[in-house]
Amino acid sequence: MNDFSFWVILSNLLLATRWTVLLSLVAFVCGGAVGLALLFARVSKIRWLDTATRAYIEFFQGTPLLMQLFLFFFGVALLGIEVSPWLAASLALTFWTSAFLAEIWRGCVESLPKGQWEAAETLALSYIEQMRYVILPQALRIAIPPTVGFSVQVIKGTALASIIGFVDLTKAGTMLNNATFRPFLVYSLVALIYFALCYPLSWYAHRLERQFNVAR
Amino acid sequence: MSLVSIKDVRKSFGSVEVLKGVSIEVGRGDVVAIIGKSGSGKSTLLRCINGLETYDAGCISVDGIDVGKTRGNLRDLRRNVGMVFQQFNLFPHLTAAENVMLAPKVVNRESAHITKALAKETLAKVGLSDKADSYPSQLSGGQQQRVAIARALAMRPNVLLCDEITSALDPELVSEVLRVVERLASDGMTLILVTHEMRFARDVGTKLVFMHQGKVHEEGPPKPLFASPGTPELAQFIGMQH
Ligand SMILES: Nc1ncnc2c1ncn2[C@@H]1O[C@H](COP(=O)(O)OP(=O)(O)OP(=O)(O)O)[C@@H](O)[C@H]1O
Ligand SMILES: [Mg+2]
Repeated sequence: MNDFSFWVILSNLLLATRWTVLLSLVAFVCGGAVGLALLFARVSKIRWLDTATRAYIEFFQGTPLLMQLFLFFFGVALLGIEVSPWLAASLALTFWTSAFLAEIWRGCVESLPKGQWEAAETLALSYIEQMRYVILPQALRIAIPPTVGFSVQVIKGTALASIIGFVDLTKAGTMLNNATFRPFLVYSLVALIYFALCYPLSWYAHRLERQFNVAR
Repeated sequence: MSLVSIKDVRKSFGSVEVLKGVSIEVGRGDVVAIIGKSGSGKSTLLRCINGLETYDAGCISVDGIDVGKTRGNLRDLRRNVGMVFQQFNLFPHLTAAENVMLAPKVVNRESAHITKALAKETLAKVGLSDKADSYPSQLSGGQQQRVAIARALAMRPNVLLCDEITSALDPELVSEVLRVVERLASDGMTLILVTHEMRFARDVGTKLVFMHQGKVHEEGPPKPLFASPGTPELAQFIGMQH
């Protein structure tokens, strides 16, 4: 058992961290893209589109992420389609992220004065053009701090993917613990690595927020 | 033929009827000043003309385009109808010139060469050639409102709607904006203005419309109407303004 030196544990954890980072990136990038589409649907004045989007968002915000992972992992398997933990985790985290980002961004869009929409509309811009040239450039500035802040939640959310067998940082920790019986050391290291990933982001989010408040 | 024709237009917000059958004819080159108490429906009427509000009954047409018809028509309508707001509503992330060039570029797909010339021309018209590269936050209220006018003019509208465009300005800035509007009027632009500037309505307007409780209570050439109002309501309203 003592073959497992501190360095072996650490290097194995760091290797697994790649997967945590990759899963976070996929969830964040894909979730952002889906979230943007949801935002367009949510802010549009088309009634059924808004209702459908709201239902989607309520579902992913109102149920535990773990249940969503189970649904994608076991639910899709019921249809006879083999789903790898990697795919199930990517899908669940993407949808989960998109729901939260869409709501964060909607708040930013709605904080802009109504007169901005009306001026753009009056100039004969279409809905998409109003968003593209007038609303989003202004909303973006306000949206960056909370969006960066939310990326921390995404990273922490990926830890749940270990439960369906995805070998990320958390899962590697569990496996190393089973092999070494040094839970305190292993999980301390796991926590430290998560902290090292998350802290710079939340620090940066706070800084952006302060800058933004000063700029106003 | 009228450029803007408003026939028996009705509009309710919930159970409150705000426009109760309004009819106004506006000819090319007319300068129509709409006055009336707060809540009499002036803004609502103006917003119906460019489709910012829908109306429940009646008919509005601008240069042959029926406003009540389908959505697709709105884009053509709005290219023809400019609007300037009380709160300016300039786009704060764009410079004065970029504000002016946005719609010609995006909606009319004009080349950079043409939009630049348009910005230059319209900013000169409102006396702000030197502020092309300033952001709205760097301009005074009067300057911002003049950029907003230039922005509307850049689409070469047939008619310009102005909703109390001097009401949000400090008193000393009002006249620079009114002077610009006066020049537009003398250049032959068709204008429909909601205004509280009685003297301006009398001196520059070719037609005065007094709205009262959702209806056109009185209308006609401004000077005679101001001199001898036909109804006690208008007399009282004019009296209140001094
Ligand atoms: N979107 C809206 N929803 C509900 N009621 C509205 C709405 N817009 C206007 N109203 C109501 O319609 C009436 C007429 O409003 P409008 O803004 O047209 O008046 P106005 O003559 O422009 O007044 P003011 O001189 O104060 O600008 C008011 O009683 C107002 O409260
Ligand atoms: Mg009004």
